[in-house]
Amino acid sequence: MSDVLSSYPLLLRGAWVTIQLTVYGSALALVLAFVFGLMGGARSAWVRAVGRVYVEFFRGTATLVLMYWLFYALPLIGFRFAPMFAAVLALGLNVGAYGAEVVRGAVKAVPKAQFEATIALNMRPWQRLRRVLLPQAVALMLPPFGNLLIELMKGSAVVSLISIADLMLRAQQLRQSTGQTTAVFLVILVIYFVIAQVLQLLVRYMERRADIMLGRRPGRAARSALDTLGAAK
Amino acid sequence: MATTDPAAEALPPREHADGIRFDGVVKRFGDNVVLRELDFAVAPGERVTLIGPSGSGKTTILRLLMTLEKVDDGVIWVNGHPLSHMKRGERLVPADDKYLHKVRGDIGMVFQQFNLFPNMSVLRNVTEAPVHVLKLSRDEANERARGLLDLVGLADKADAHPAQLSGGQQQRVAIARALAMQPKILLLDEVTSALDPELVAGVLDVLRDIANETDITMLCVTHEMGFARDVSHRVLMFDQGQIVEEGSPEKIFSEPENQRTQDFLHAVLDQH
Amino acid sequence: MIWDWHFAGKILPDLLRGLVVTVEATLLGYAVALVLGLLWAVLRRSPSRVVNQVVRWVVEFIRSTPLLVQLFFLFFALPSIGLTFSALVTGVIGLGVHYSSYTSEVYRAGIADVPAGQWEATTALNLPRRRVWFGVVLPQAVRKVIPTLGNYLIAMFKDSPLLLAITVPEMLHSAYDVGAKSLRFLEPMTIVGVLFVIVSVLSSLLLRRLEFRYGNN
Ligand SMILES: Nc1ncnc2c1ncn2[C@@H]1O[C@H](COP(=O)(O)OP(=O)(O)O)[C@@H](O)[C@H]1O
Ligand SMILES: [Mg+2]
Repeated sequence: MSDVLSSYPLLLRGAWVTIQLTVYGSALALVLAFVFGLMGGARSAWVRAVGRVYVEFFRGTATLVLMYWLFYALPLIGFRFAPMFAAVLALGLNVGAYGAEVVRGAVKAVPKAQFEATIALNMRPWQRLRRVLLPQAVALMLPPFGNLLIELMKGSAVVSLISIADLMLRAQQLRQSTGQTTAVFLVILVIYFVIAQVLQLLVRYMERRADIMLGRRPGRAARSALDTLGAAK
Repeated sequence: MATTDPAAEALPPREHADGIRFDGVVKRFGDNVVLRELDFAVAPGERVTLIGPSGSGKTTILRLLMTLEKVDDGVIWVNGHPLSHMKRGERLVPADDKYLHKVRGDIGMVFQQFNLFPNMSVLRNVTEAPVHVLKLSRDEANERARGLLDLVGLADKADAHPAQLSGGQQQRVAIARALAMQPKILLLDEVTSALDPELVAGVLDVLRDIANETDITMLCVTHEMGFARDVSHRVLMFDQGQIVEEGSPEKIFSEPENQRTQDFLHAVLDQH
Repeated sequence: MIWDWHFAGKILPDLLRGLVVTVEATLLGYAVALVLGLLWAVLRRSPSRVVNQVVRWVVEFIRSTPLLVQLFFLFFALPSIGLTFSALVTGVIGLGVHYSSYTSEVYRAGIADVPAGQWEATTALNLPRRRVWFGVVLPQAVRKVIPTLGNYLIAMFKDSPLLLAITVPEMLHSAYDVGAKSLRFLEPMTIVGVLFVIVSVLSSLLLRRLEFRYGNN
């Protein structure tokens, strides 16, 4: 076990790559989720169809298969991706498809009355979305987005199979050099667990912010006023 | 009004006088014919109250005017422009987004359930559309909004959150929000029916002030007969999508001729 | 290099054999996930704080760590404590355990949905605990969550390629083998990709139809 722990710089470097993959992958997924999710709620049937095709196709694809395809098959017809790029692309495309469904569902779940109020105020379609519907929808998106973020982080472990030196690959190297199989994998399981818990805290924090924005919870000013009230009693 | 606005030059020429005019308007929901060939007109500055039993089509009329619903047949004219239709050559064709945006500019609506935006402060609720739709500067919009919040008695709530307000306060904010767009026509759909009884008077007082101090055309659906009597020039009694009786508030409330009007008024007054 | 239909046709049988293994592993793993998840969910309702907190964190741990790492862990660690399984069995255990963390949440929601009156009725009747669970609570809870559980079958199917990492001859593994031998990756990888999409899209359509019919009853 001490062999394993003393190689912590190696593991830290691996963890850093895992975090980078998570950040880039989820940034891409977020963009795709909004683009295709909003297309899914568009008025034009054609635009909606494009959104549907993206969602159905990439939800149906296994991340690893997609990554292998980008990494092994595409170079043969002239597209060569750096492993990191192929990995981020595969993760982003895949999780983005789930995210697009979340975005579409959340926008649809904003009460119709809110939409009608924007019409009564003569807002343009883009203003309705940007000023009223999306801010409220985002609050609904956060919990499922949190789950997807953790799914993406976990899914990033497969990049080790196309030889990216993430946490998982570092564990393999360490296993070979120390022979401490069980200890190595236990340690990195714990590291992954910690990363997941931190991500969860982050999402919880954003959920709280969204709740305050929507007035579902007292903001800081109001809360401290309540605290003083409580203390006075 | 809009004639000095260059954008309005594109509108078709006026064929009717200012105000609102329903010409043979038909509205169906599936097989349910809610309005059949409805004709009526409201003059500019006139305040009209619509009364009638639930399901008689009052809300539908206001929603048609707000372009939240589309007519199935007939034409609605607002200040001389056909609503939901536009002229192409000599023909009337269904209106597109751009056209609707122009005609909607004259109309504001207050909803039964307030429909304030929960993601904005009270002040923002009132300034959002003036800033982004009317392109007012933030300062101008704030000034206008604070004036209106003062009018509805909520000057001190500008920074509060809608969820922190009572229903009556929320409805007053919604009134301020609609007025901030300076509509020529204000639609009020049972704006006090979702309120606790003790909050109704505050909202009605605000509306009385607006009626007395402005010349906004008002179309008002309400069961508050005292209020209707005070502010309206004319009362229309609806049943099954048709006007069964109309007249001054004095006439309708004191000596209704139609049996259905009498029954309806009895029922409402008994409740109160 | 361009697409070679002849080559594609030649390797298809190999890939389909891989698909059979993939489906096998998925279905077996799913059975494990269904049973184990139910066990977690029932233990979460245990009156002992120790039991339900331990189970809670074990499940949380399994859910928030990568399946791939868990597979490696099982693959290397089980033999070192004297348990030797074939790669396929190890893969089935790994998939099943990992997905039990998801199914347990589904069951938990189903159990929480059973009206309090049902529990009170069992107390009033003085039913033994076994009858409470198997006779009253679970039949109601499980029926409601069957459509949700179905989604995880598809999710598992899409995670099954990970088994190639522990040498299970599933479909992606076969494709990689073919590719490595012939140095042609385009056809095997593309075919596998297409097969995956076809199977998952078809099964989610099927599921939605079942769900629809189910919802109407
Ligand atoms: N969106 C809708 N879909 C179907 N039917 C509707 C819809 N809106 C209103 N209706 C029907 O139209 C009729 C008139 O409704 P409404 O205008 O709301 O009446 P009122 O406001 O006078 O109570 C009712 O029979 C109602 O059921
Ligand atoms: Mg109504």
